[in-house]
Amino acid sequence: MKKNSIGALAVSSTLLSPIAAYAETEVHFWHAFTGRLGELVAAQVEDFNASQDNYTVVQSHKGNYSETLNAGIAAFRAGEQPQILMVFEVGTATMMAAKGATRPVYEVMAASGAEFDQDAYIGAVKGYYTSTDGDMLSLPFNASTPVLWVNRDAFKAAGVDPDTDLSTWQNVDKTLTALKAGGSDCPLVTAWQSWIHLENFSAYHDVPFASKDNGFSGLDTELQVNGDAQIAHLTAMGQWAKDGKFIYTGRRNEGGANFRAGECALFTESSAGYAGIKSEAKFAFDVRPLPYWEGVGNAPQNTIIGGASLWVMEGHEEEEYKGAGEFLSYLSSSDVQAKWHQDTGYLPITAEASAATKASGFYEENVGTEVAVIQMTAKAPTANSNGLRLGSFDQIRGIIDEELEAIWSGDKSAKDAMDSVVKRGNPLLRRFEQANR
Amino acid sequence: MEKRVFFKGWLLPLLLIAPQILVSAVFFFYPAGQAVWQSLFIPDPFGLSMQYVGLGNFKYLLSDPYYRASFFTTGLFSILVTLVSMIPALFLAIVADRLIKGAGTYRTMLIWPYAVAPAIAGVLWLFMFNTRVGVVSWYLGNLGYDWNHVLNGSEAMGLVVVSSAWGRISYNFLFFFAALQSVPKSIIEAAAIDGARFWRRFWTIVLPLLSPTTFFLLVVNVVYAFFETFGVIHTITSGGPQQSTTILVYKVFADGFVGQDLGSSAAQSVILLVVVGALTVFQFKYIERRVHY
Repeated sequence: MKKNSIGALAVSSTLLSPIAAYAETEVHFWHAFTGRLGELVAAQVEDFNASQDNYTVVQSHKGNYSETLNAGIAAFRAGEQPQILMVFEVGTATMMAAKGATRPVYEVMAASGAEFDQDAYIGAVKGYYTSTDGDMLSLPFNASTPVLWVNRDAFKAAGVDPDTDLSTWQNVDKTLTALKAGGSDCPLVTAWQSWIHLENFSAYHDVPFASKDNGFSGLDTELQVNGDAQIAHLTAMGQWAKDGKFIYTGRRNEGGANFRAGECALFTESSAGYAGIKSEAKFAFDVRPLPYWEGVGNAPQNTIIGGASLWVMEGHEEEEYKGAGEFLSYLSSSDVQAKWHQDTGYLPITAEASAATKASGFYEENVGTEVAVIQMTAKAPTANSNGLRLGSFDQIRGIIDEELEAIWSGDKSAKDAMDSVVKRGNPLLRRFEQANR
Repeated sequence: MEKRVFFKGWLLPLLLIAPQILVSAVFFFYPAGQAVWQSLFIPDPFGLSMQYVGLGNFKYLLSDPYYRASFFTTGLFSILVTLVSMIPALFLAIVADRLIKGAGTYRTMLIWPYAVAPAIAGVLWLFMFNTRVGVVSWYLGNLGYDWNHVLNGSEAMGLVVVSSAWGRISYNFLFFFAALQSVPKSIIEAAAIDGARFWRRFWTIVLPLLSPTTFFLLVVNVVYAFFETFGVIHTITSGGPQQSTTILVYKVFADGFVGQDLGSSAAQSVILLVVVGALTVFQFKYIERRVHY
């Protein structure tokens, strides 16, 4: 009812001001952000609309990441798709396979005439969304990478030096023992277990997550998460879980509440947790690079990103694509990116935005915010650390979550659990291959 | 003693049932037909192409041990939800029926939980049993019991059963209460004069007279447990840990709308349709015989 009356209002106002309505082409942008992030996106859109008169971007929130992707797919089937759709990194392979439903960003940019230099984007960020020919298919929007958060007060309470070296898991192991002995009830907690302890773990140690360059060079990819490096790490974590040194709280970022409340000493979580931790934590905290196992693989390689990118959907007027191109170009401009990076803790997507942030002195004032950037960009990515491109990946993550839970509860050994992930996940990859032949 | 009404000719009866047939056709036969059709294909999510696979989706599903396990999970879940929602409801109805003062207030309060949407009920219970900050898990922790439904499958099952059944108790209570009111007082009084105590009167007179209601509620609650508990499972466990709370309906959703595997999802809904159909036939054929109208 309400919608209708708003629609009626819109119609009547269009009738009253015909000139304004026809000068501006509408570009619809569906995203998955609420709260503070939603406000920031709305502000970006408003700024863009105010900056020129040719296009009006209309942003709408469509639920969480999965829901937004579903809304986009359902809308496409009904012929009602937006021009720009936000898709989380897990949905990348689905979108890439959907030729005919999407229009590659590099084409949109070329057609719109907007300035677009693919080399300006940070390799590890754009690699996730780039075709094997090096063309950018979607525009990275919000990208983060996992880091280690340290509650310094909890360390002191347990009688452990908060400045102790935590760069390797070997050192973390000793520290966890000391924290536990010092009376900590929650030495280590994690968010997004599959993303951090398998996907990023594999990239960081330069070992494959799946064959065919993690799916980048073919749909006939198979999971390889049951490698020695992964099993050794998960075996260690399983032991920590058993000893009460690692506390499991859930599949998503449930652990964040425990860490921000000060219960936990160490927390592996996205760099984008910065805003929340900074505003809620009533203790001194540090950001450290994600630990690695000394002597395993080529660690430390680079970590990979999580987050979302913007896809341009097929089926619209050329004029609207021009508008979409203008908007995407505005979003990747250095000022907008630098502000976004500083406000949210998400990574800057261009080297220029990163340099601008550094020059502004932001990193000195907000110690630790640079850790993620360095961790991502210190080394040029390899075939194992470009990212992941697997179909049905949301479901595969679900399987990984289930099997990891079996390790934490002691029901399965790390090897059995990871063998099972491979055995259950591969048929899903085959089905995806079949659906997109 | 069935009552039958005979119509002359065909036109009037057809006209009378037409609206119902139309509604069923639009909202049931058409979508069900679509599901059967889609179950023979592996489509891509955007509907750009389809691969005909015959019964391939069914073969794929039935060869998956986790899918087969989901039948057992669904069976266990439905039985538990039905029992946990019906037995306390009957007990509360009997107690409320014997109230002399304040019956209205009690009745109203007992019906309240029914007004809470399943997803919200799920969140409420989730907060109480949250492993770190939940009130109940905190008390349990003080008693020396380490509650962790995030890792413990049985605890997770217990929690989703209780959360699903909680609101249903009110619904069942309403029906049982109404049915109890309609049990003729004269029969009960006669039994009482004959010296039958409360429980004996309950077992031999009240319960048999409640059987039509009980049967109705049994069917309705099983259907509820199969189809409408989705919100609770989605909010509390998302089917975990290790698929221990993945019931068939949840898997249809997860594969179709999270995994974008519409072929498998359609095949699952066809299987579900067959299972529920068979179950309803079974209930009417075997259990209804024990019902006295």
